[in-house]
Amino acid sequence: MAIAALSFYVFAFITLFAAVNVIFARNPVHSVLFLILSFFSSAGLFVLMGAEFLAMVLVIVYVGAVAVLFLFVVMMLDVEAVASRKGLARYASVGGLVGGLLLVELVLIVGGRVGGLPTNTAAPALPIPDMAVRTNTQALGDVLYTDYVVLFQTAGMILLVAMVGAIVLTLRKRSGVKRQNIQKQTLRTIDEAVELKKVEPGSGL
Amino acid sequence: MVDIVKFLINPFGTMLGGILMLLVPILIGVAYYTYAERRVIAAAQLRKGPNVVGPFGLLQPFADAVKLLFKETIVPSGSSRLVFILAPMLTFVLAMVAWAVIPVGEGGWFAEGPWVIADINVGVLYLFAISSMGVYGIIMAGWASNSKYPFIGALRSAAQMVSYEVSMGLIIVSIIVCVGSFNLADVVRAQQGLWYIIPHFPLFIVFFISILAETNRAPFDLPEGESEIVAGFFLEYSSMSFALFFLGEYANMLLMCAITTVLFLGGWYAPFDVAWLTWIPGVVWFVLKVCVLAFVFLWVRATVPRYRYDQLMRLGWKIFLPFTLFWVIATAGVLVAFGWLPNA
Repeated sequence: MAIAALSFYVFAFITLFAAVNVIFARNPVHSVLFLILSFFSSAGLFVLMGAEFLAMVLVIVYVGAVAVLFLFVVMMLDVEAVASRKGLARYASVGGLVGGLLLVELVLIVGGRVGGLPTNTAAPALPIPDMAVRTNTQALGDVLYTDYVVLFQTAGMILLVAMVGAIVLTLRKRSGVKRQNIQKQTLRTIDEAVELKKVEPGSGL
Repeated sequence: MVDIVKFLINPFGTMLGGILMLLVPILIGVAYYTYAERRVIAAAQLRKGPNVVGPFGLLQPFADAVKLLFKETIVPSGSSRLVFILAPMLTFVLAMVAWAVIPVGEGGWFAEGPWVIADINVGVLYLFAISSMGVYGIIMAGWASNSKYPFIGALRSAAQMVSYEVSMGLIIVSIIVCVGSFNLADVVRAQQGLWYIIPHFPLFIVFFISILAETNRAPFDLPEGESEIVAGFFLEYSSMSFALFFLGEYANMLLMCAITTVLFLGGWYAPFDVAWLTWIPGVVWFVLKVCVLAFVFLWVRATVPRYRYDQLMRLGWKIFLPFTLFWVIATAGVLVAFGWLPNA
């Protein structure tokens, strides 16, 4: 297990290092790249815990899709690296407050003072299936598409509504814009596009 | 879970040998793929192509490699140095690590199970995750170059890859529904007797066009469109960093061909279950199938003119996405209706 432990520390260190650098990197694009690195090494931690499906989904969704959009936006914004440091003193107190609250909550939960992590495995509502029979991807699917199918569908609906909303908000009609008419273009034939003419010398068309 | 942890706990027992046995042929294959591309396109255009270095020009890839190694690496001023150097490395590494889950054969004298470095449960998702990260090498290169054309190329490429990934994901879902497992070796085993190219033929066509777009190849090579934006995202690259981009790109093309082989062409199986065909080792069939697909890549490049950008987006979002979505539902419907669902 030595290598597993070593891998854990390597991934954990990279995650923390990258997370700290997200905040302290001077260049916003570097911040996003560090964010991606921290997502990726968190996926490594998931794999070490045996949650390979979550690890892959984390990489596909966050690294492969969400962070690409972040990077897009940040690259286009052309933020002055120095200017973004200006508000540091002003926002430090709010940020510190939120961070502190989160830390306290985490310590309380993990420390077992309030509620504690569910450790009662004697009679869980959803028994953990035998790993030799069901892989955890299948187990997740068993639960997600049976007991929680309504919640799952609702989440999908909410995302769909959000997507439609975003499109409605940003869609605008402008006049005087020339658009491609694909149908017209593909229906064009050689007969109407090309014309052969015999040109007499010195006369032109 | 067990497989991935095993891989992490004991990578040196059987891994290192396997990695070398896989990576060395791939690198040689990539080198000769660049040579094949020049020869095939030359043949299509009635030229000769590289034919001077060695017999039939066979040593050309090595001559190119040596030339690139000894060139000066130029980092443009005002660029983000570290990101600029990291981008080609990332592209190359991602193109290599994805091969870890590709099963190239099974059984025989060599190994008990499938011939694969990491026989993990979520192989298909792993491939999808790695290929979805490929876009970063390109965006980083475009941004770090601090130059207009690479930036435009990077933006085009990012939009293009994200668009086509969606329909590729849905195609993979259709296949997975038929197989009932994310393990790539299981995907191949499910095709014994009937390759998925036969029931899923339209899907195969859509998938092949999508991988052309995903690897930024002609006719979708807008990110590096020579006539519009010079060389796109790797315009500012020189020497070894350029070579790494080049190798990464070609390794990616071979990888995509291998994925298509696994998903649609029955991996290591012979086309017919006849003794004199099955006598040939599975890995030979696998390589042969990859070569055929790789040839089609070159053939397409030599014959098809480049797409316009709006046509590319239209094809991805308005044609492929609805079609693949329909196909997922149709496949699931047929499987449920006839009771063919695996693991039911």
